Amino acid sequence: MLDFSILTDHLDMYLEGFKITITASLIALVASLVIGILIAVIRIVPFKPLNALGAAYVEFIRNIPLLIIVFFFFLGLRLDGLMAGTIALSIYTSSFIAEAIRAGILSVPKGQMEAARSSGLSYVQTMRLIILPQAFKIVIPPLGNQFINLVKNSSILSVVAGLDLMYQGDLISSRTFVVFDVYIFVAIFYLLLTIPLSLGVGYLEKRLAKSN
Amino acid sequence: MDFINAYSPDHLTFLLEGFWVTLKVAFISIILSFIIGGIFGILRYAKIPVISQIAAVIVETIRNLPLLLIIFFTYFALPEIGLKLEIVPAAIVALTVFESAMISEIIRSGLNSIEKGQMEAARSSGLSYVQALRYVILPQALRRMVPPMVSQFISLLKDTSLAVVISLPELMHHGQIIYAQNINYFVPILLLVAIMYFVVNYTLSILARRLELKQG
Repeated sequence: MLDFSILTDHLDMYLEGFKITITASLIALVASLVIGILIAVIRIVPFKPLNALGAAYVEFIRNIPLLIIVFFFFLGLRLDGLMAGTIALSIYTSSFIAEAIRAGILSVPKGQMEAARSSGLSYVQTMRLIILPQAFKIVIPPLGNQFINLVKNSSILSVVAGLDLMYQGDLISSRTFVVFDVYIFVAIFYLLLTIPLSLGVGYLEKRLAKSN
Repeated sequence: MDFINAYSPDHLTFLLEGFWVTLKVAFISIILSFIIGGIFGILRYAKIPVISQIAAVIVETIRNLPLLLIIFFTYFALPEIGLKLEIVPAAIVALTVFESAMISEIIRSGLNSIEKGQMEAARSSGLSYVQALRYVILPQALRRMVPPMVSQFISLLKDTSLAVVISLPELMHHGQIIYAQNINYFVPILLLVAIMYFVVNYTLSILARRLELKQG
């Protein structure tokens, strides 16, 4: 049976880690959305050199392990673990978000762009008023999935002493000399975050599929 | 930064040895995951009362946990209940548990993507459920699963690096051992390790995209 006194005796540490995991994930979500949108735009504007630059960023980042990016900021640039981890998470996730957004934009039929342009809208206006609102609907479920991945990936902070949930588990188990029970509770805290998110994304997917 | 000494033949060999372990562990794990994930995916697709629900709970729990936690747990926590695994088997078990859950979802959605009428037609032409699955649904679904399976393998190759926390002697770990000797090796080695992952994964991702385009 699980030893619940581990949970109750170290509840403050679990909650501290939980808070850091949520905060780091939210900050990384916002940052990766901003970078991701920027990169997606860079990849579709009608200017080839920029497109290539955006493609190089996406392909390089998403084909290397997150851990490499974390170590680059932690050991290379000497940032503290929490900072290095959050920046690395933002950069890593941004490459997946950029792809999701680009796919969403490309899924809007080409005729829409042509029609809007020939009715006198500028490229930027067309994007903002015609293309992006339609792309938004397609992009929401994959973005949700990216956020779930982001929450799970944030556990990488523990490798660089990033004070997150997983790291607090390390601290608690080095105090109690118990690993099994400590990490079962850590797992439950992660599930408290990821299961509702997964259910939410599943629900959105179904609803959006119906509305099409 | 000392590129010249960082890229000595000894170091390069050592990195390649690490990469070989990465590839081997990833390959064994993906094969095992395909079998286990296949079973779970079919169980969930088949909607057998109770069994399908149990499969769903297991898959959703594992899928929603960080892989790092599963790796750590397998190696450090399981010995407390009498299950002691060496580093390499522990890494393979942890990766397989996680990837099986991911792959079962790929298989389930592949199966679900085959029109319902196919199953009905097969059944009404006299095939049993298992026969219909085996001869009609699975062959079509498998083809659709290939591109997402390749993408999953790319994730797995990257994720194998997380096994540094249990000192699996894979590429990332070998890189760490080299730059631990001399901090001037850090940037050159990290860059080379990144490029090694990139070359293999990018090649695979192009392959996945080709396969996807072929299917239209």
